[in-house]
Amino acid sequence: MRNQKNLPGLRVISFVLGLLGWYLVTEYTAIMLPGPQAVLQKFMAVAQSGVLFTDIAASLRRVLTGFLLGTALAIPIGFVMGWYGVARGLIDPWIQFFRMIPPLAIIPLAIITLGIDEAPKIFVIFLAAFLSSVVATYQGVIGVDRTLINAARVLGAGDRVIFGRVVVPASLPFILVGCRIGLGSAWATLVAAELIAAQSGLGFRMQQAQLFYDMPTIFVSLIAIGVLGLLMDRVVQWAETRLTSWQERI
Amino acid sequence: MSADIHFRGVSVRFSDLQALKDFDFHIRPGEFVTMVGPSGCGKSTAMNLVAGLLQPSAGEVLVSGRTVRGPGPDRGVIFQQYALFPWLSVRENVEFGPRLAGKSRAERRAISDRYLRLVGLSDFADALPKVLSGGMKQRCAIARAYAADPQILLMDEPFGALDALTRIRLQDQLLSTWSSDRRSVLFITHDVDEAVYLANRVVVMGARPGRLLEVIDVDLPHPRTEEIRLSPDFAAIRNRVWHAVYHQPSQAGAA
Ligand SMILES: Nc1ncnc2c1ncn2[C@@H]1O[C@H](COP(=O)(O)OP(=O)(O)OP(=O)(O)O)[C@@H](O)[C@H]1O
Ligand SMILES: [Mg+2]
Repeated sequence: MRNQKNLPGLRVISFVLGLLGWYLVTEYTAIMLPGPQAVLQKFMAVAQSGVLFTDIAASLRRVLTGFLLGTALAIPIGFVMGWYGVARGLIDPWIQFFRMIPPLAIIPLAIITLGIDEAPKIFVIFLAAFLSSVVATYQGVIGVDRTLINAARVLGAGDRVIFGRVVVPASLPFILVGCRIGLGSAWATLVAAELIAAQSGLGFRMQQAQLFYDMPTIFVSLIAIGVLGLLMDRVVQWAETRLTSWQERI
Repeated sequence: MSADIHFRGVSVRFSDLQALKDFDFHIRPGEFVTMVGPSGCGKSTAMNLVAGLLQPSAGEVLVSGRTVRGPGPDRGVIFQQYALFPWLSVRENVEFGPRLAGKSRAERRAISDRYLRLVGLSDFADALPKVLSGGMKQRCAIARAYAADPQILLMDEPFGALDALTRIRLQDQLLSTWSSDRRSVLFITHDVDEAVYLANRVVVMGARPGRLLEVIDVDLPHPRTEEIRLSPDFAAIRNRVWHAVYHQPSQAGAA
Protein backbone atom coordinates (compact mmCIF):
# COMPACT_ATOMS: atom_id res chain seq x y z
CA MET A 1 0.00 0.00 0.00
CA ARG A 2 2.92 2.37 -0.51
CA ASN A 3 2.58 5.43 -2.74
CA GLN A 4 -1.18 5.82 -2.48
CA LYS A 5 -0.94 9.35 -3.84
CA ASN A 6 0.19 8.20 -7.29
CA LEU A 7 -3.04 6.29 -7.84
CA PRO A 8 -5.05 8.95 -9.74
CA GLY A 9 -2.16 9.53 -12.12
CA LEU A 10 -1.80 5.82 -12.71
CA ARG A 11 -5.50 5.57 -13.47
CA VAL A 12 -5.23 8.16 -16.23
CA ILE A 13 -2.23 6.37 -17.70
CA SER A 14 -4.04 3.04 -17.51
CA PHE A 15 -7.07 4.52 -19.29
CA VAL A 16 -4.96 6.00 -22.08
CA LEU A 17 -3.03 2.74 -22.51
CA GLY A 18 -6.29 0.82 -22.70
CA LEU A 19 -7.66 3.09 -25.41
CA LEU A 20 -4.42 2.84 -27.34
CA GLY A 21 -4.42 -0.93 -27.09
CA TRP A 22 -8.02 -1.07 -28.28
CA TYR A 23 -7.14 1.16 -31.24
CA LEU A 24 -4.08 -0.88 -32.21
CA VAL A 25 -5.84 -4.22 -31.90
CA THR A 26 -8.83 -3.22 -33.99
CA GLU A 27 -6.81 -1.30 -36.57
CA TYR A 28 -3.84 -3.59 -37.22
CA THR A 29 -4.97 -7.13 -36.51
CA ALA A 30 -7.50 -9.46 -38.01
CA ILE A 31 -9.88 -9.02 -35.07
CA MET A 32 -13.21 -7.80 -36.43
CA LEU A 33 -14.29 -5.38 -33.73
CA PRO A 34 -15.17 -1.71 -34.02
CA GLY A 35 -12.39 0.64 -33.00
CA PRO A 36 -12.66 3.67 -30.73
CA GLN A 37 -13.48 6.04 -33.62
CA ALA A 38 -16.41 3.97 -34.85
CA VAL A 39 -17.79 3.68 -31.33
CA LEU A 40 -17.36 7.39 -30.73
CA GLN A 41 -19.21 8.17 -33.95
CA LYS A 42 -22.03 5.87 -32.93
CA PHE A 43 -22.10 7.46 -29.54
CA MET A 44 -22.46 10.94 -31.06
CA ALA A 45 -25.24 9.69 -33.30
CA VAL A 46 -27.32 8.04 -30.57
CA ALA A 47 -26.66 10.90 -28.20
CA GLN A 48 -27.86 13.44 -30.77
CA SER A 49 -30.94 11.47 -31.73
CA GLY A 50 -31.71 11.06 -28.01
CA VAL A 51 -32.09 7.28 -28.25
CA LEU A 52 -29.23 6.75 -25.83
CA PHE A 53 -30.86 8.90 -23.20
CA THR A 54 -34.29 7.35 -23.49
CA ASP A 55 -32.63 3.96 -23.11
CA ILE A 56 -30.66 5.10 -20.10
CA ALA A 57 -33.76 6.67 -18.57
CA ALA A 58 -35.76 3.48 -19.08
CA SER A 59 -33.06 1.31 -17.53
CA LEU A 60 -32.41 3.64 -14.61
CA ARG A 61 -36.09 4.02 -13.85
CA ARG A 62 -36.46 0.27 -13.57
CA VAL A 63 -33.37 -0.29 -11.53
CA LEU A 64 -34.09 2.54 -9.12
CA THR A 65 -37.75 1.61 -8.65
CA GLY A 66 -36.90 -2.03 -8.00
CA PHE A 67 -33.94 -1.15 -5.81
CA LEU A 68 -35.84 1.35 -3.67
CA LEU A 69 -38.79 -0.99 -3.20
CA GLY A 70 -36.44 -3.88 -2.41
CA THR A 71 -34.38 -2.08 0.21
CA ALA A 72 -37.43 -0.32 1.67
CA LEU A 73 -38.88 -3.72 2.45
CA ALA A 74 -35.58 -5.42 3.28
CA ILE A 75 -34.52 -3.01 6.02
CA PRO A 76 -37.57 -3.43 8.30
CA ILE A 77 -37.67 -7.16 7.69
CA GLY A 78 -33.94 -7.43 8.35
CA PHE A 79 -34.39 -5.55 11.63
CA VAL A 80 -37.24 -7.79 12.70
CA MET A 81 -35.17 -10.87 11.86
CA GLY A 82 -32.14 -9.60 13.73
CA TRP A 83 -34.14 -8.52 16.77
CA TYR A 84 -36.50 -11.48 17.17
CA GLY A 85 -35.02 -14.96 17.00
CA VAL A 86 -38.43 -16.43 16.19
CA ALA A 87 -38.81 -14.22 13.10
CA ARG A 88 -35.32 -15.19 11.99
CA GLY A 89 -36.08 -18.88 12.38
CA LEU A 90 -39.27 -18.54 10.35
CA ILE A 91 -38.02 -16.28 7.55
CA ASP A 92 -34.37 -17.18 7.12
CA PRO A 93 -34.80 -20.58 5.40
CA TRP A 94 -36.86 -18.92 2.65
CA ILE A 95 -34.35 -16.18 2.15
CA GLN A 96 -31.50 -18.66 1.97
CA PHE A 97 -33.48 -20.69 -0.56
CA PHE A 98 -34.37 -17.76 -2.83
CA ARG A 99 -30.82 -16.50 -2.65
CA MET A 100 -29.74 -19.67 -4.42
CA ILE A 101 -32.00 -18.92 -7.40
CA PRO A 102 -30.48 -16.40 -9.80
CA PRO A 103 -33.06 -13.59 -10.10
CA LEU A 104 -33.00 -13.99 -13.88
CA ALA A 105 -34.35 -17.49 -13.54
CA ILE A 106 -37.51 -15.93 -12.15
CA ILE A 107 -38.15 -14.06 -15.42
CA PRO A 108 -40.18 -16.77 -17.21
CA LEU A 109 -42.40 -17.16 -14.18
CA ALA A 110 -42.67 -13.39 -13.73
CA ILE A 111 -43.69 -12.89 -17.35
CA ILE A 112 -46.44 -15.49 -17.10
CA THR A 113 -47.80 -14.14 -13.84
CA LEU A 114 -47.13 -10.41 -14.19
CA GLY A 115 -47.43 -9.87 -17.97
CA ILE A 116 -44.89 -8.38 -20.31
CA ASP A 117 -44.97 -4.76 -19.13
CA GLU A 118 -42.66 -3.17 -16.61
CA ALA A 119 -43.86 -5.32 -13.73
CA PRO A 120 -41.78 -8.50 -14.31
CA LYS A 121 -38.54 -6.55 -14.77
CA ILE A 122 -39.11 -4.38 -11.73
CA PHE A 123 -40.08 -7.42 -9.74
CA VAL A 124 -36.85 -9.21 -10.60
CA ILE A 125 -34.79 -6.15 -9.66
CA PHE A 126 -36.79 -5.83 -6.49
CA LEU A 127 -35.98 -9.42 -5.60
CA ALA A 128 -32.26 -9.03 -6.29
CA ALA A 129 -32.02 -5.88 -4.17
CA PHE A 130 -34.22 -7.25 -1.42
CA LEU A 131 -32.28 -10.47 -0.95
CA SER A 132 -28.89 -8.87 -0.60
CA SER A 133 -30.11 -6.02 1.63
CA VAL A 134 -32.13 -8.17 3.97
CA VAL A 135 -29.22 -10.45 4.77
CA ALA A 136 -26.86 -7.52 5.33
CA THR A 137 -29.37 -5.81 7.62
CA TYR A 138 -30.02 -8.73 9.91
CA GLN A 139 -26.35 -9.68 10.04
CA GLY A 140 -25.73 -6.06 11.09
CA VAL A 141 -28.37 -6.22 13.81
CA ILE A 142 -27.11 -9.56 15.14
CA GLY A 143 -23.57 -8.22 15.18
CA VAL A 144 -24.31 -5.18 17.34
CA ASP A 145 -21.83 -5.14 20.21
CA ARG A 146 -23.51 -6.47 23.38
CA THR A 147 -21.56 -4.08 25.58
CA LEU A 148 -23.06 -1.11 23.72
CA ILE A 149 -26.53 -2.46 24.37
CA ASN A 150 -25.64 -3.05 28.02
CA ALA A 151 -24.14 0.42 28.28
CA ALA A 152 -27.44 1.88 27.09
CA ARG A 153 -29.47 -0.32 29.42
CA VAL A 154 -27.52 0.69 32.51
CA LEU A 155 -28.04 4.33 31.57
CA GLY A 156 -31.77 3.66 31.76
CA ALA A 157 -32.67 2.81 28.15
CA GLY A 158 -35.62 0.53 27.42
CA ASP A 159 -36.05 -1.65 24.34
CA ARG A 160 -37.41 1.15 22.14
CA VAL A 161 -34.54 3.49 22.92
CA ILE A 162 -31.99 0.73 22.50
CA PHE A 163 -33.43 -0.08 19.11
CA GLY A 164 -33.56 3.49 17.86
CA ARG A 165 -30.41 4.88 19.42
CA VAL A 166 -28.10 1.87 19.46
CA VAL A 167 -29.16 -0.94 17.12
CA VAL A 168 -30.07 1.26 14.17
CA PRO A 169 -26.92 3.40 14.14
CA ALA A 170 -24.68 0.45 14.98
CA SER A 171 -25.98 -1.63 12.09
CA LEU A 172 -26.04 1.21 9.57
CA PRO A 173 -22.60 0.38 8.11
CA PHE A 174 -23.75 -3.17 7.37
CA ILE A 175 -26.99 -1.94 5.83
CA LEU A 176 -25.15 0.44 3.54
CA VAL A 177 -22.78 -2.28 2.42
CA GLY A 178 -25.86 -4.39 1.72
CA CYS A 179 -27.37 -1.55 -0.33
CA ARG A 180 -24.20 -1.25 -2.33
CA ILE A 181 -24.09 -4.94 -3.13
CA GLY A 182 -27.84 -4.85 -3.78
CA LEU A 183 -27.55 -2.01 -6.25
CA GLY A 184 -24.73 -3.77 -8.05
CA SER A 185 -26.64 -7.01 -8.40
CA ALA A 186 -29.83 -5.11 -9.33
CA TRP A 187 -28.04 -3.37 -12.17
CA ALA A 188 -26.50 -6.56 -13.49
CA THR A 189 -29.82 -8.34 -13.28
CA LEU A 190 -31.70 -5.53 -14.98
CA VAL A 191 -29.52 -5.39 -18.05
CA ALA A 192 -29.78 -9.13 -18.45
CA ALA A 193 -33.56 -8.96 -17.95
CA GLU A 194 -33.82 -6.36 -20.71
CA LEU A 195 -32.01 -8.68 -23.07
CA ILE A 196 -34.75 -11.23 -22.58
CA ALA A 197 -37.87 -9.17 -22.33
CA ALA A 198 -38.11 -5.45 -22.97
CA GLN A 199 -39.05 -2.83 -25.56
CA SER A 200 -36.63 -0.22 -24.29
CA GLY A 201 -33.49 0.13 -22.23
CA LEU A 202 -29.80 -0.51 -22.72
CA GLY A 203 -30.18 -4.28 -22.71
CA PHE A 204 -32.98 -4.12 -25.27
CA ARG A 205 -30.86 -1.87 -27.52
CA MET A 206 -28.04 -4.43 -27.53
CA GLN A 207 -30.48 -7.20 -28.29
CA GLN A 208 -31.74 -5.21 -31.30
CA ALA A 209 -28.20 -4.38 -32.41
CA GLN A 210 -27.30 -8.05 -32.31
CA LEU A 211 -29.96 -8.80 -34.91
CA PHE A 212 -28.33 -6.32 -37.31
CA TYR A 213 -24.69 -7.12 -36.52
CA ASP A 214 -24.45 -3.52 -35.28
CA MET A 215 -21.38 -3.82 -33.11
CA PRO A 216 -20.75 -0.12 -32.43
CA THR A 217 -24.19 0.13 -30.77
CA ILE A 218 -23.37 -2.88 -28.63
CA PHE A 219 -20.15 -1.20 -27.57
CA VAL A 220 -21.87 2.08 -26.78
CA SER A 221 -24.41 0.22 -24.65
CA LEU A 222 -21.78 -1.82 -22.84
CA ILE A 223 -19.77 1.26 -22.02
CA ALA A 224 -22.90 3.07 -20.83
CA ILE A 225 -23.78 0.12 -18.60
CA GLY A 226 -20.30 0.06 -17.08
CA VAL A 227 -20.09 3.80 -16.55
CA LEU A 228 -23.56 4.08 -15.01
CA GLY A 229 -22.89 1.12 -12.74
CA LEU A 230 -19.67 2.73 -11.61
CA LEU A 231 -21.40 6.07 -10.98
CA MET A 232 -24.18 4.49 -8.91
CA ASP A 233 -21.63 2.55 -6.90
CA ARG A 234 -19.72 5.74 -6.23
CA VAL A 235 -22.85 7.53 -5.05
CA VAL A 236 -23.63 4.78 -2.53
CA GLN A 237 -19.99 4.63 -1.47
CA TRP A 238 -20.03 8.38 -0.92
CA ALA A 239 -23.18 8.14 1.19
CA GLU A 240 -21.58 5.28 3.09
CA THR A 241 -18.47 7.24 4.05
CA ARG A 242 -20.54 10.31 4.91
CA LEU A 243 -22.98 8.42 7.13
CA THR A 244 -20.45 6.19 8.87
CA SER A 245 -17.52 8.56 9.30
CA TRP A 246 -17.67 7.77 13.03
CA GLN A 247 -16.29 4.29 12.41
CA GLU A 248 -12.76 3.52 13.44
CA ARG A 249 -11.08 2.45 10.24
CA ILE A 250 -7.90 0.52 10.60
CA MET B 1 -26.58 10.37 48.36
CA SER B 2 -25.42 6.78 48.36
CA ALA B 3 -26.76 3.30 48.75
CA ASP B 4 -25.70 -0.03 50.13
CA ILE B 5 -25.33 -3.28 48.23
CA HIS B 6 -26.23 -6.59 49.78
CA PHE B 7 -25.37 -9.97 48.28
CA ARG B 8 -27.46 -12.58 50.09
CA GLY B 9 -26.52 -16.22 49.46
CA VAL B 10 -26.02 -15.52 45.77
CA SER B 11 -25.22 -18.34 43.35
CA VAL B 12 -24.95 -18.16 39.59
CA ARG B 13 -24.79 -21.20 37.34
CA PHE B 14 -24.02 -21.18 33.65
CA SER B 15 -25.17 -24.64 32.54
CA ASP B 16 -22.64 -26.89 34.35
CA LEU B 17 -20.36 -24.09 35.48
CA GLN B 18 -20.69 -22.62 38.96
CA ALA B 19 -19.65 -19.01 38.33
CA LEU B 20 -20.57 -17.84 41.82
CA LYS B 21 -21.39 -19.92 44.89
CA ASP B 22 -23.05 -18.86 48.15
CA PHE B 23 -21.75 -15.33 47.88
CA ASP B 24 -22.53 -13.19 50.93
CA PHE B 25 -21.26 -9.67 51.20
CA HIS B 26 -22.42 -6.24 52.25
CA ILE B 27 -21.10 -2.99 50.81
CA ARG B 28 -21.91 -0.12 53.14
CA PRO B 29 -23.26 3.21 51.88
CA GLY B 30 -20.42 5.37 50.63
CA GLU B 31 -17.88 2.59 50.84
CA PHE B 32 -15.18 1.95 48.26
CA VAL B 33 -14.77 -1.81 47.78
CA THR B 34 -12.33 -3.37 45.36
CA MET B 35 -12.52 -6.96 44.18
CA VAL B 36 -9.54 -9.04 43.07
CA GLY B 37 -9.10 -12.66 42.12
CA PRO B 38 -7.93 -14.96 39.38
CA SER B 39 -9.49 -14.85 35.95
CA GLY B 40 -12.85 -16.56 35.78
CA CYS B 41 -13.62 -16.39 39.51
CA GLY B 42 -16.90 -14.56 38.97
CA LYS B 43 -15.93 -10.93 39.51
CA SER B 44 -17.73 -9.63 36.44
CA THR B 45 -20.60 -11.96 37.23
CA ALA B 46 -20.98 -10.40 40.68
CA MET B 47 -20.92 -6.93 39.17
CA ASN B 48 -23.43 -7.76 36.46
CA LEU B 49 -25.79 -8.94 39.18
CA VAL B 50 -25.66 -5.55 40.87
CA ALA B 51 -25.98 -3.81 37.50
CA GLY B 52 -29.09 -5.88 36.83
CA LEU B 53 -27.69 -7.30 33.61
CA LEU B 54 -27.84 -10.81 35.07
CA GLN B 55 -30.20 -12.62 37.46
CA PRO B 56 -28.89 -14.98 40.17
CA SER B 57 -29.78 -18.67 40.06
CA ALA B 58 -30.22 -18.57 43.83
CA GLY B 59 -30.18 -15.92 46.53
CA GLU B 60 -30.67 -12.23 45.88
CA VAL B 61 -28.91 -8.93 45.45
CA LEU B 62 -30.36 -5.90 47.18
CA VAL B 63 -29.56 -2.28 46.50
CA SER B 64 -30.82 0.11 49.19
CA GLY B 65 -32.82 -2.79 50.55
CA ARG B 66 -34.67 -3.51 47.29
CA THR B 67 -34.08 -6.61 45.21
CA VAL B 68 -32.38 -5.86 41.90
CA ARG B 69 -34.62 -6.87 39.00
CA GLY B 70 -33.00 -5.05 36.11
CA PRO B 71 -30.62 -2.27 35.15
CA GLY B 72 -31.31 1.30 36.14
CA PRO B 73 -29.66 4.71 36.17
CA ASP B 74 -29.19 4.56 39.95
CA ARG B 75 -26.26 2.21 39.27
CA GLY B 76 -23.61 3.53 36.92
CA VAL B 77 -21.42 1.00 35.13
CA ILE B 78 -18.01 1.57 33.62
CA PHE B 79 -16.91 -1.24 31.34
CA GLN B 80 -13.38 -2.30 30.58
CA GLN B 81 -13.98 -1.87 26.84
CA TYR B 82 -15.16 1.75 27.34
CA ALA B 83 -18.40 0.99 25.45
CA LEU B 84 -18.76 4.56 24.16
CA PHE B 85 -21.30 5.04 21.39
CA PRO B 86 -18.94 5.64 18.48
CA TRP B 87 -21.49 7.59 16.41
CA LEU B 88 -22.06 10.15 19.16
CA SER B 89 -19.70 12.96 20.07
CA VAL B 90 -18.05 12.96 23.49
CA ARG B 91 -20.67 15.41 24.74
CA GLU B 92 -23.58 13.44 23.29
CA ASN B 93 -22.22 10.32 24.97
CA VAL B 94 -22.15 12.11 28.31
CA GLU B 95 -25.65 13.49 27.75
CA PHE B 96 -27.10 10.07 26.92
CA GLY B 97 -28.23 9.39 30.50
CA PRO B 98 -29.58 12.89 31.24
CA ARG B 99 -31.47 12.77 27.94
CA LEU B 100 -33.19 9.53 28.92
CA ALA B 101 -33.99 11.09 32.28
CA GLY B 102 -35.92 13.78 30.40
CA LYS B 103 -33.60 16.66 31.23
CA SER B 104 -33.98 19.81 29.14
CA ARG B 105 -31.36 20.92 26.65
CA ALA B 106 -29.99 23.56 28.99
CA GLU B 107 -29.82 21.15 31.93
CA ARG B 108 -28.09 18.53 29.80
CA ARG B 109 -25.60 21.07 28.63
CA ALA B 110 -24.83 22.13 32.18
CA ILE B 111 -24.38 18.52 33.26
CA SER B 112 -22.10 17.60 30.39
CA ASP B 113 -20.05 20.77 30.84
CA ARG B 114 -19.59 19.96 34.48
CA TYR B 115 -18.49 16.34 34.06
CA LEU B 116 -16.36 16.96 30.99
CA ARG B 117 -14.50 19.56 33.02
CA LEU B 118 -14.19 17.08 35.90
CA VAL B 119 -12.46 14.52 33.69
CA GLY B 120 -10.54 17.14 31.69
CA LEU B 121 -12.23 16.57 28.35
CA SER B 122 -13.84 19.98 27.81
CA ASP B 123 -11.68 20.62 24.77
CA PHE B 124 -12.86 17.40 23.17
CA ALA B 125 -16.59 17.84 23.73
CA ASP B 126 -17.40 17.78 20.02
CA ALA B 127 -14.90 15.10 19.03
CA LEU B 128 -15.94 11.59 18.07
CA PRO B 129 -14.67 8.74 20.28
CA LYS B 130 -12.47 7.43 17.49
CA VAL B 131 -10.05 10.33 17.86
CA LEU B 132 -9.59 9.80 21.62
CA SER B 133 -6.75 7.87 23.23
CA GLY B 134 -7.56 4.94 25.50
CA GLY B 135 -7.25 7.04 28.63
CA MET B 136 -9.47 9.75 27.19
CA LYS B 137 -12.07 7.20 26.18
CA GLN B 138 -12.16 5.83 29.68
CA ARG B 139 -12.46 9.35 31.11
CA CYS B 140 -15.37 9.96 28.76
CA ALA B 141 -16.98 6.72 29.96
CA ILE B 142 -16.51 7.87 33.55
CA ALA B 143 -18.08 11.25 32.78
CA ARG B 144 -20.99 9.47 31.09
CA ALA B 145 -21.55 7.30 34.15
CA TYR B 146 -21.39 10.28 36.52
CA ALA B 147 -23.74 12.33 34.36
CA ALA B 148 -26.59 9.90 35.02
CA ASP B 149 -26.06 10.75 38.71
CA PRO B 150 -25.96 7.17 40.02
CA GLN B 151 -25.83 6.33 43.70
CA ILE B 152 -23.50 3.44 43.01
CA LEU B 153 -20.55 3.13 40.65
CA LEU B 154 -19.69 -0.29 39.29
CA MET B 155 -16.33 -0.45 37.58
CA ASP B 156 -15.08 -3.58 35.83
CA GLU B 157 -11.32 -3.30 35.36
CA PRO B 158 -11.78 0.22 34.07
CA PHE B 159 -8.08 1.03 33.94
CA GLY B 160 -6.89 -2.39 32.83
CA ALA B 161 -6.01 -1.34 29.30
CA LEU B 162 -4.18 1.85 30.25
CA ASP B 163 -0.50 2.63 30.69
CA ALA B 164 0.83 2.93 34.25
CA LEU B 165 1.04 6.71 34.29
CA THR B 166 -2.48 7.33 32.98
CA ARG B 167 -3.72 4.67 35.35
CA ILE B 168 -2.27 6.37 38.44
CA ARG B 169 -3.62 9.73 37.34
CA LEU B 170 -7.11 8.30 36.87
CA GLN B 171 -6.93 6.52 40.22
CA ASP B 172 -6.20 9.80 41.98
CA GLN B 173 -8.95 11.53 40.04
CA LEU B 174 -11.41 8.81 40.95
CA LEU B 175 -10.46 8.98 44.63
CA SER B 176 -10.77 12.72 44.83
CA THR B 177 -14.21 12.61 43.22
CA TRP B 178 -15.20 9.81 45.54
CA SER B 179 -14.10 11.74 48.65
CA SER B 180 -16.33 14.64 47.70
CA ASP B 181 -19.47 12.71 46.74
CA ARG B 182 -19.06 9.42 48.66
CA ARG B 183 -20.88 7.26 46.20
CA SER B 184 -20.62 3.56 46.96
CA VAL B 185 -18.12 1.96 44.59
CA LEU B 186 -17.53 -1.63 43.57
CA PHE B 187 -14.29 -1.70 41.62
CA ILE B 188 -12.89 -4.83 39.97
CA THR B 189 -9.21 -5.08 39.14
CA HIS B 190 -6.41 -7.50 38.43
CA ASP B 191 -3.87 -5.18 39.95
CA VAL B 192 -3.19 -5.76 43.67
CA ASP B 193 -1.61 -2.32 44.12
CA GLU B 194 -4.62 -0.65 42.61
CA ALA B 195 -6.97 -2.71 44.75
CA VAL B 196 -5.25 -1.62 47.97
CA TYR B 197 -4.64 2.00 46.98
CA LEU B 198 -8.29 2.71 46.20
CA ALA B 199 -10.18 0.65 48.73
CA ASN B 200 -11.72 0.76 52.15
CA ARG B 201 -11.94 -3.00 51.86
CA VAL B 202 -10.55 -5.52 49.40
CA VAL B 203 -12.58 -8.59 48.51
CA VAL B 204 -10.45 -11.52 47.41
CA MET B 205 -12.25 -14.07 45.28
CA GLY B 206 -11.42 -17.69 44.51
CA ALA B 207 -12.16 -19.69 41.40
CA ARG B 208 -13.97 -22.94 40.63
CA PRO B 209 -16.40 -22.41 42.10
CA GLY B 210 -16.32 -18.60 42.16
CA ARG B 211 -16.54 -17.60 45.81
CA LEU B 212 -15.49 -15.11 48.44
CA LEU B 213 -12.18 -16.12 50.06
CA GLU B 214 -11.18 -13.24 52.22
CA VAL B 215 -12.07 -9.65 53.03
CA ILE B 216 -9.12 -7.42 53.89
CA ASP B 217 -9.57 -4.05 55.58
CA VAL B 218 -7.42 -1.22 54.30
CA ASP B 219 -7.06 1.07 57.29
CA LEU B 220 -4.93 3.64 55.56
CA PRO B 221 -5.83 7.32 55.92
CA HIS B 222 -7.48 9.47 53.29
CA PRO B 223 -6.63 11.27 51.13
CA ARG B 224 -4.39 8.62 49.66
CA THR B 225 -1.11 10.05 48.48
CA GLU B 226 2.15 8.93 46.99
CA GLU B 227 3.65 8.70 50.50
CA ILE B 228 0.92 6.26 51.45
CA ARG B 229 1.50 4.28 48.28
CA LEU B 230 5.17 3.93 49.24
CA SER B 231 4.64 3.42 52.97
CA PRO B 232 5.42 0.19 54.89
CA ASP B 233 1.77 -0.02 56.01
CA PHE B 234 0.68 -0.05 52.40
CA ALA B 235 3.26 -2.72 51.58
CA ALA B 236 2.05 -4.88 54.46
CA ILE B 237 -1.57 -4.82 53.31
CA ARG B 238 -0.49 -5.28 49.73
CA ASN B 239 1.44 -8.40 50.73
CA ARG B 240 -1.58 -9.83 52.50
CA VAL B 241 -3.75 -9.29 49.44
CA TRP B 242 -1.04 -10.68 47.19
CA HIS B 243 -0.85 -13.84 49.25
CA ALA B 244 -4.59 -14.25 49.33
CA VAL B 245 -4.78 -13.92 45.55
CA TYR B 246 -1.75 -15.87 44.46
CA HIS B 247 -1.53 -18.54 47.12
CA GLN B 248 -5.12 -19.62 47.22
CA PRO B 249 -6.09 -22.74 49.13
CA SER B 250 -6.41 -25.73 46.81
CA GLN B 251 -9.77 -25.73 45.10
CA ALA B 252 -12.78 -26.65 47.13
CA GLY B 253 -13.51 -30.34 46.82
CA ALA B 254 -17.11 -29.86 45.67
CA ALA B 255 -16.08 -28.24 42.39
N1 LIG C 1 -22.88 -15.66 29.82
C1 LIG C 1 -22.10 -16.68 30.21
N2 LIG C 1 -22.36 -17.94 29.80
C2 LIG C 1 -21.61 -18.97 30.22
N3 LIG C 1 -20.55 -18.86 31.04
C3 LIG C 1 -20.24 -17.64 31.48
C4 LIG C 1 -20.98 -16.48 31.09
N4 LIG C 1 -20.44 -15.39 31.68
C5 LIG C 1 -19.40 -15.86 32.39
N5 LIG C 1 -19.28 -17.19 32.30
C6 LIG C 1 -18.27 -18.02 32.97
O1 LIG C 1 -18.39 -17.78 34.35
C7 LIG C 1 -17.10 -17.72 34.96
C8 LIG C 1 -16.94 -16.42 35.67
O2 LIG C 1 -16.92 -15.39 34.70
P1 LIG C 1 -16.60 -13.87 35.05
O3 LIG C 1 -16.66 -13.12 33.79
O4 LIG C 1 -17.47 -13.42 36.15
O5 LIG C 1 -15.10 -13.97 35.57
P2 LIG C 1 -14.13 -12.81 36.01
O6 LIG C 1 -13.76 -13.06 37.42
O7 LIG C 1 -14.73 -11.50 35.68
O8 LIG C 1 -12.87 -13.09 35.10
P3 LIG C 1 -11.88 -12.05 34.42
O9 LIG C 1 -10.96 -11.60 35.50
O10 LIG C 1 -11.17 -12.87 33.40
O11 LIG C 1 -12.70 -10.96 33.85
C9 LIG C 1 -16.10 -17.92 33.84
O12 LIG C 1 -15.67 -19.26 33.87
C10 LIG C 1 -16.87 -17.66 32.57
O13 LIG C 1 -16.41 -18.47 31.52
MG1 LIG D 1 -14.32 -9.98 34.26
